[in-house]
This record gives sequence, C-alpha cells and structure tokens, in this order.
Amino acid sequence: MVSGLINENPTVYERKERRVRTDSTNTDEFSVEPIDQLEIFDHIRDIRDPEHPYSLEQLKVLTEDSVEVDDHKSYVRVTFTPTVEHCSMATIIGLSVRVKLMRSLPPRYKIDIRVAPGSHATEAALNKQLNDKERVAAALENPNLVEMVDECLSPSFE
Amino acid sequence: MAALNNLTEHLEAFVDVTRSPTHHAESLKAIATSLEKGVLSINQLVVEMDMYLTTTDDVVRARGSILLLAEMLDYLKSKPLDNAVVHSLIGFFTAKLAEWRSVRGALSGCLALIKRKGVAGVVTAVDAEAVAKSMAQSIQVQSLALYDRKLCFELLECLLEQYPEAMINLGDLMVYATCEAIDGEKDPPCLMIAFHVVELLARLFPSPSGPVASEASDLFEFISCYFPLHYTHTKGDEASIPREDLSRGLSLAISSTPFFEPYAIPLLLEKLSASLPVAKVDSLKCLKDCAVNYGVSRMKKHYKDLWPALKDALYASTKTDLSFGLESLTSPGFEMGEIHREAVNLLQRLVKQDISFLGLVVEDIRVNMVFDTISRYLRYEEMLDTSKLEVLVVSQILSVSARSSVESCNIIFETFFSRLMNTLGIVEKTSPGDLVHNENSTVSTRLYHGGLHLCIELLTASKDLIPSSEECTSTPESAQQSWCSIVNRFSASLIEAFTSAVQSSNDDCSADAYLGVKGLLAMGMFRGGSSPVSRSEFEKILTTLTSIIAANSAKTVKWELALKALVCMGSFIDRYSESEKAMSYMAIVVENLVSLVRSSHCSLPHPMILEATSEVCSTMPTYVEKMVEGFEEAFCSSFSDFCVNGNFKSIENCSQLLECVTNKLLPRLTEIDGLEKSLVNFAISMWNQIESSIVFSYDFNGREFVEAAMKTMGEIVGVASVDSQNSIIQKAYNVISSSTLPAMESIPLTVAALEGLQRNLSTRDELILSLFASVIIGASPKASIPDVKSLVDLFLVSFLKGYIRAAQALGSMINKLVTGSGGTNISTDCSLEEACDIIFHESDSSKTICGSETFLGKICLGFCGSLDLQTRAITGLAWIGKGLLMRGDKRVNEIALVLMECLKSTNSSGNALHPSAMKHAADAFLTLMSDSEVCLNRKFHAVIRPLYKQRFFSITVPILESLIVNSQTPLSRTMLHVALAHVVSNVPVTVILDNTKKLLSVILEGLSVLSVDSVHKETLFSLLLVLSGTLTDIKGQQSVSDNAHRIIECLVKLTSYPHLMVVRETAIQCLATLLELPHGRIYPFRREVLQAVTKALDDPKRRVREEAIKCRQAWTSISSRSTPF
Repeated sequence: MVSGLINENPTVYERKERRVRTDSTNTDEFSVEPIDQLEIFDHIRDIRDPEHPYSLEQLKVLTEDSVEVDDHKSYVRVTFTPTVEHCSMATIIGLSVRVKLMRSLPPRYKIDIRVAPGSHATEAALNKQLNDKERVAAALENPNLVEMVDECLSPSFE
Repeated sequence: MAALNNLTEHLEAFVDVTRSPTHHAESLKAIATSLEKGVLSINQLVVEMDMYLTTTDDVVRARGSILLLAEMLDYLKSKPLDNAVVHSLIGFFTAKLAEWRSVRGALSGCLALIKRKGVAGVVTAVDAEAVAKSMAQSIQVQSLALYDRKLCFELLECLLEQYPEAMINLGDLMVYATCEAIDGEKDPPCLMIAFHVVELLARLFPSPSGPVASEASDLFEFISCYFPLHYTHTKGDEASIPREDLSRGLSLAISSTPFFEPYAIPLLLEKLSASLPVAKVDSLKCLKDCAVNYGVSRMKKHYKDLWPALKDALYASTKTDLSFGLESLTSPGFEMGEIHREAVNLLQRLVKQDISFLGLVVEDIRVNMVFDTISRYLRYEEMLDTSKLEVLVVSQILSVSARSSVESCNIIFETFFSRLMNTLGIVEKTSPGDLVHNENSTVSTRLYHGGLHLCIELLTASKDLIPSSEECTSTPESAQQSWCSIVNRFSASLIEAFTSAVQSSNDDCSADAYLGVKGLLAMGMFRGGSSPVSRSEFEKILTTLTSIIAANSAKTVKWELALKALVCMGSFIDRYSESEKAMSYMAIVVENLVSLVRSSHCSLPHPMILEATSEVCSTMPTYVEKMVEGFEEAFCSSFSDFCVNGNFKSIENCSQLLECVTNKLLPRLTEIDGLEKSLVNFAISMWNQIESSIVFSYDFNGREFVEAAMKTMGEIVGVASVDSQNSIIQKAYNVISSSTLPAMESIPLTVAALEGLQRNLSTRDELILSLFASVIIGASPKASIPDVKSLVDLFLVSFLKGYIRAAQALGSMINKLVTGSGGTNISTDCSLEEACDIIFHESDSSKTICGSETFLGKICLGFCGSLDLQTRAITGLAWIGKGLLMRGDKRVNEIALVLMECLKSTNSSGNALHPSAMKHAADAFLTLMSDSEVCLNRKFHAVIRPLYKQRFFSITVPILESLIVNSQTPLSRTMLHVALAHVVSNVPVTVILDNTKKLLSVILEGLSVLSVDSVHKETLFSLLLVLSGTLTDIKGQQSVSDNAHRIIECLVKLTSYPHLMVVRETAIQCLATLLELPHGRIYPFRREVLQAVTKALDDPKRRVREEAIKCRQAWTSISSRSTPF
C-alpha cells in the first residue's frame, strides 16, 4: 500500500455557477420535464474526491459535457477524467459515480461509466471493471469499499 | 448563630468537589444573599473560612475557599465595602497569584475587585500596581487552561483601562507581560481581548522613547502572525466570536500605533499580493485603518509600493462585463466584489488624506494609456477583454479619486477632462448660450463607448462634491470652481453628444441608449445654484427625455431607461427641494405626460402612458395632485366618449386607467400626502360621470371595465376616512335612487315573483349596482349608510338574481351593523336584528331564526324554486353567514346547519338534492372559512372577532364527522369530505394539533376520497398540507405513530397522484418526515415505501424526482444491513 497521496497537489478549479432553471416555473401541470444532462450532472458534481476535500467538479474530473444522456432510450454515459494517469483512486471514483446514479435514476436506466480515452494507464481494464455487473455487485459487498464510497457521497460541508 | 451554622453547611457544600455544579451555585447564592443583606460581614466570612483558607489540602484550599471568596466578590459588585477590607483582600489575592494551584480563584478575585466601581470601595493605584507586578512575574499565561487564560487577559485589560497611571509607572514590565501572554494564544475569545490589550498599551505609551516604541518589533511579531485570520475549525466555535469581529480587532491592534509602521505596511502589502481572497480583503481593510492612524508622513514612504499593489488589486477584482441594463442606471454598472469595495475605500481614503498620492495616480502610465484604448474601439462589445478591463478600472480609479475631495477633483478634471473631450470630439463652447459654428463643428462627435463611460463616471463622481445650499455660503467660491467651470464649458456640447447617442441608438443595441441616458442623468443631477449646468440646459435634458417617452410606440429598453432617469431626477429634485428645477420639471415633464393621458389619440399605447405618468408623478406631492386631476378628466372624457359614440377603445382606456390607479397609486398612499383627498374626489367624479350618462346607447359586455371599476371604487372607499366615505356613500345612494333599481326592492320575496323576474338588469343598472356594492363593502362600521332596510332588500333580490357582489355587500353590511341592544348609534336606522328579519323573512314570530324553516333556507334545500335559484341562494347564504361568523354572531350556527343539510343526499322531505347544489354547499364552507381578498377583511374594515375560525371549527366538525359516518351515497360522502377539508385546512394549525387524535382518521379518509376525482385537486392539496403539519409536531406524534400504517398507505397512493405535481412532491416529503417516528413502527413499511419512491424517481417533474431521491436515500439508510442502492 502506498502511504503518501497519489496526487499530492491537484489543481483546483472554480466551481461553475449553478444554473437556475427558468423554464421549470412556468410550464403547465402536465408537461414532461425529461431527465437531461444538467440534472444528471447535478447529481454527481458534488461527489467528493477520495483523497482531497474537493468535489469532482472542482478537480475537473467531471464536467457537464462529460455526461451523455438519452431519456428515451434510458441510457446514460458518464466519462470521467482522473487527475493523474496512474490514479488508483479511479475505480473508487467510478464506483461512487455509479452508486450515486443508481440511487438517483429510475431503474429503467442503463448506466455506462468510462474513463476518458487516454487519461489513464489501465484504461481498458478500468472500463471493463466499472461496467461489469458482477464485479460491481461484488465490490459493494465489501464493507470497506462501501464505507469509502459512502464517504465520497456524503454531503459536503458547504 | 443560626446564620453561622448555615454558613458552615454551605461552605462544606461548596468545597466538596463531588457535588453537582447546581449544588455549588445554590450554596454560593445562599452565602451571597446573607452577605448582601448584611446578616454576615466579609470579616466574619473570612474568619469562618479560616480553616479552608489555610488548610494544606490543595484542592480544598484552591477550589473551595479562594474561589468561593472570589465568586462572592463578583456577586457583591455593587455593595459598598470598606477600603481596608478591599485593601486586605486584594493583598491576599495578589499573594495567591503566585500559587499555581489556586490561580483561578486568585485571578477572579483580583478581577472582581479591580472591576469595582467608584462608590462601592475601590482598589487603590498602588494595590493595582502590585497586582500587575505579581501577575507579570509569577503567571505563565500560556501554561494555563483556556478559562484561566481568558481571566488573565481580562485582568490585563481591566488594569490598563482603569489604572493607566499606575501602569505607566510599570512601563516595560507591562509590555513584556503582554508579549509573553499573547505568544502562542490560539483561542478566539482570548485573542479578542489580547488585541484590545495591545491597543490599550499603544494608547498608554505614545512617546517615541516609551516601551512600546522600543518593543514595537517584538510586539508586532506576536500579533502579526495571526494575520490574515483563518479559522481552522469552522463549526461550533464560530458561535462565540465571528471571524469578522476578530479580524476587526486585529486590524485595530495593528493600526494602533505608528511604531508598527515599518513592520506592518510591508507585511500587509505582501499579504495583499497573495492569492487568498480573505487575505486581500483583510489587508485592504487593515491598510485603511493604518492610513488613518499612522499619519501622512509615515505613509508617504510607502506610496511607491502601495500604489501598484492597490492598482493590481483593483485590476484583479474587476470583472469585464459591464451591464447596460435598467437596474444599473444609478450604479457603476458592474459587480463589485468585497475586495473591489475595500480597494476603492482605501484609494479614496489615501487621496482624501494626502493630495500628493494623487500625483502617482495622475502620472501612472496605465492610466494615461487608456485614452489610446478608448479611441481604438467604437463599441463596447468590440473591445478586447483587456481593454474593457483597462477602461473600467481606470474610470473607477479616476472617479474614486475625484470623489475624494474638491481639490483632487480639480486636479483630475484639469488633467484629464479636456483630453477626454478631445478624444471624444466634443468641443468647448466659447460664449455662453450657443455653440461655435466653425469648421470644427463639422467634425462630428465620436461616441466611443469607453470614453462615454469614463466621462459619465467622472461627472457622477463630481456631482457629489457640490455642497448643499447651506454649506455653499461658507466655502469660498473660487476653491471649488475649477472643475465646475471645466464642466460648464463643455456642458452644452456634452448634452448634445449624449442626446445624439440616445437618438442614434436602435433597438438591438442598448449600449448607446444606456450611455446616452446615463450621461443625461449625470448632467441633470448637479445640485444647487453653483451647478455647472444652466437652467436652460437642464430643461433641454428634460425635454429630450420626455420626447423619448412620448415618441416610442413600444416598450423598448430606451423607453424604460428614459423613464427611470426621469424618475431619478424627480426624486432628486424632491430630496434637495430645488424649487427652480421643480418648476421646470412640472412644466416640461409632468404637464406633457398628463396631457398625453388626457388626449385619447397618440402613438403611445395607453398603458405605457399611464405607467410613465404614474411613475414620474409620484416623485412629488404637487405632481400627484396634477396627475389625479388629469386622470379624472381623462376618465370622464373617455367614459362619455364611449357612452355617446360607442367607442370601445375608450372604455378599454378607462379600465386601464382604473387599473393604474389601483395598482400604482393606492399602494403608495402612505408615502404621498394629499393623495387620499384627490382619490376621493376621483371616486366622486366617477359617480358624477355615471350619473350624467343616462343612456348607454351601446350595449357592452365590458366585464373588464366593471371589474376594474369595482376594484378601484372599493379600495378607494377602503382607504378613505369616515367623512370621505360618508360623502361617497351619499353620492352613490343618490345615483342609485335615481336609477331604476329601487323597483327591485319592492319585489316580494316569493318564489313566483323571483322566478318571474326574467328580464336581466340593464347594463347601466348592473354597473351602478356593482359599484354601489363595492362602496358598501369598503365602508367602515362607523360610516353612515342611508336607508339600510331597502338596501338590504335590494341586495337580497339581486343576489338571488345571481349578482354575487350583492351577496358580498350584504355580508359586509350584516357584519358591520350595530346590534339592536346597543341602540346608541343614530347614524343607522336599522339594527342587525331588523336586517336579519328582512333577510330571513320570518315575520310571524317574535324571535329571529335563520334555520331551515325560513324562506331562504327552503330555497337552499330545494323545496321550492329552480336549481339556479337554489345555488344562488346557497352562495348568498354563505356570504351572509361569513359576515355573521366574523362578528361572532350565534345565528351562523343555524346557517351552517342549513348548509350541512344541503350536503345530505336527500332533504327532509325525501327529495334527492341536485349534485350541483351540493357542490355549491360544500364550497360555501370555503367561503365561510377562508380569508377573502375582495371583501370582509381588515382592509375593508370588517368586524373580526378573535378565534372565530376556531369556534366555527369546533361547532361544525363533530356534525360533519357524524354525517360522514351516516352518509348514504358516495356523492354525499365526497361532498361532506370537501366541506370538512375546507374547514380543517383553513383553521390555524395549532387547533389541528390539539385535535390530531380525533381528526387524523377522518383526514386520511378524506385524502383517499378526494383523490378519486381531479376536480378536488386543490382541496386535496390543502388537506395534505394539514396532514404534513401534524406529522412532525410533538403533540401529534403519538396518534401519528398509532396510525402509521394508514398514513403510509395513504401517502404511498398519493405519490402517484397524476393531477397535481405539488401533491406528489408533498406526499414524498411527508414520507421522508415519517422517518422521525420510532424505528420499530416504520420499519415494516420499508419495502412498500421504497417501491413507491423508486417509481417516483421516474416522475415527469424534476422537483418530484429530486424529493424522491432524498426520500429514497433516507429510507434506504434505516435498514440494518447497509445496501448501497
């Protein structure tokens, strides 16, 4: 086990201002508001980095554009960019994003989590691991992992 | 002796550490009271405590005795004590300071004694000196616990504050002691005092050869390490001392003495260049304090470093998006962060203090470069971000410097203004009055946005420097004239330039219009007689702005800007009472706009004229008078135009005008004097106009106009005084008695007669009736209403014809009439009892009853008359009932019974009631219980007995409940639930909470009954809100817990209620709140709830989904095994 931090001094970016939805106030009772990119991004932007007290948004691990969603086909794909190439926390980050989305989206959705191409040393293995149902389920049986994920998902102090 | 016995007991109790703190406090209190009463003297106490004070047991000695004595003294702060006693006590405590075990007692003892005020026996200076010395020598502050440290600092503070002379004698020692004490302190409350101690020290030793001067570097080192303050533990501690206060304390300490200057300024400048925003803000604040306290000569040394740092701070904190919106017309137009604000404050302070600082500003290369930048771009949007920044910051720097003092303003204007004018191509006028017409004037002005912005900023800054009229006489004219004359030379051309900017602007570019209008506004806001803008020029500005308003045919940005500018100028004139300008304003702006209102044909849409006029005119009372007169005239002419020519446009104008009166003028009644009188006149002339137009030659179905007229009339009467009300009522009564309406009064109240009344009222009569009803609704109980009896008849007949307004008026009348027994009021000729007699038409018996046997009751129950008549009667009865209910009259009970009778499926004679009648009866409960906007509220002077809703609740709910149990048809059951929901959801929530146990099951049943049909969605929602109120409250908790299964079942069903989003949202929120119930109670329902909430994750509405996620998470987490999803 490596004792030090994997990325000791990450670059912290400013958080994007929360867009207030103007359209939601005036629509009529029966109009449908489909699940969209921003809504999904709102779910996952505040997930905390496993080793720093910053949100994934602040570290630019996730951006609004990294979310692709198709409400009709019940499909969502999140592409995240680890801060360093050899980041061993990438699995935890991916797992947290997955868990958060599983909690927030209706069951009809298929969730696809990917590492941005070229951003990680073991990209293919990571993608495979994150999207393997069995392995995800197994990981969540592990109390230590669950604790780490819950830590990342716990509401931040702000 | 008894006292002494008790004393020993109390002493024992206090000394015993094993007892509870409350016990200690009690015994302390007991001893203190006996001391205060004089039963016991301090001497006696000390003698009695002898054993404890000298024992070898450390704990007993420290805790018990010394602390006891100290706390005792704290209690006796105001009790006079002998000087000798004080002396010996302070001697004792001073000696005890050296003993670390008893240091807390000793410290608090010293503090209590030092704090004593004049009359009560005080510590002498010599003793104080001894305390200070002993403390400095024997106490190591940082080795003590938090509370003791705080005592130390307090003691130091007290000593320095109360015995300055003694402390000066000690000199170095105090400074050393302070340094040592502060070193390493980390606790905010202690630091707060410590900083104050430093400040006090600095004040005590101002001489350059004093101890503070010589120890400045050490002392500064100890306090500067806290700068900038940063709390590591954000939660919890923060409650004690907020960061802002502590930071302010530190800033005061740093700036307390000029001897810190060589160390402080470099440090602050360094921190200013840091990237941490807090550091920047703090150092700017602190620098400002320093500038004030250190003095010009010391600050001068640092100007060379200070100016670039300050400039950088300004550059870094300015954002480049300049707003050209309406709201920024009176503000700088860009967002100001805290850093920016503090930087501006510092700059202003520095320039104000020392004019030589301005030299740096004026010579700065970046400032001078801006003129090149300006002339490179014509439009603001075209500029690069860096150029935008350049322009904004430089205009900010120059305007702030100019604002600082007259002198600086002169320098800035002399150096820059002509240059700026050259760049913009604005020429000077040579002789007053007219422009030079040489070849120069053909060089048209170039409207660079950047330049215009700079120019406007400078003008706005300078206008604040014009002294108000009373100061003007005292200051010599020449001192302030330099910039004034410069502006004066250019004023005509400037106004011209701004005007052309406005006029050249088109709709897609608001920047031109914005800058033009803002410039005109700046030029128009110079105060007083010494203004650089002459009267004719001022009038020109007004004319330009007014013509913009009159010329536009749609609501453009330009139009709104011009209007806001005029309003600003109007209120500016009012604020500084500039009589001359007020006259110009009246003649040019007000008269013009009012004449626009009067003329029926102009290009501007009517609502826009009205808006402009009402905004502009409400700036000053005289304008308001003028405006209301104009409105009156406009109303009369439009109305008669409609009556005679059938011009539908005019009647539309009329209703817009009335709306304007209601929405714009009436809310500002309290702000504008004399408005009430003008409005009453307006109301009376409305009546006059209606009276004089006898025939409506054109049939109109102007619901809109009638509504507007009713609203305006009602509100005017509502706000008018009783006398004015009387005159309006009298006028209205005259009109009504001259119309054909009185014929209706004589109609006998029989079914046949009412049914036979086929012909509807004529349009005019309907208008008169509605307006008259509004007058009655608005009238206060003290106003006198003539001929009440026939009016009651009139309203009765007309509401049975379907005029709801008449029913409301009748309710209001019933509400406000005096009761017969009082009988002293001579203004009315009819008492409440008589009025009720007329309404319920029960002439055969002596006692008045209003139950189902009455004529009205029979109609309601459908014994006679058509369905229409029945529903109208029910609605009318509800309003009458409301009037009675609010005044607390018993008759309402019988009315409620009639209404409930209507909710049963069959009436007493076995005939089925029509569904529509039942629905009206159910809605009648809403009328009865809810607060109405249109009548019977405080605004309309209704008589309101406290707790009337509670009373009605307690009468009706049991009956409704039993009716629900016995209801025969589903329809009747639903209607009864609707009625109950109306009652329950309008009663104050505390009443519900008191009755949760009884109500809960019926509420739940109601929710499930009402959720069947989408018609009841609003009612359902209000009932759901009642339920959600009961869930969390402690009073309801038991019954909620008992009924948890039913509640959850009901809420789960509502999470998929398709007709109203808020119902689903609230139901999910309620489910989340239920988690507060005991775990064992709710755990069994976990699966059920999760299923429902998971379904809600796919809700079409986003807000519901958000709630569902929260709720789902909360319910998931109660499970024993942690399942992540």
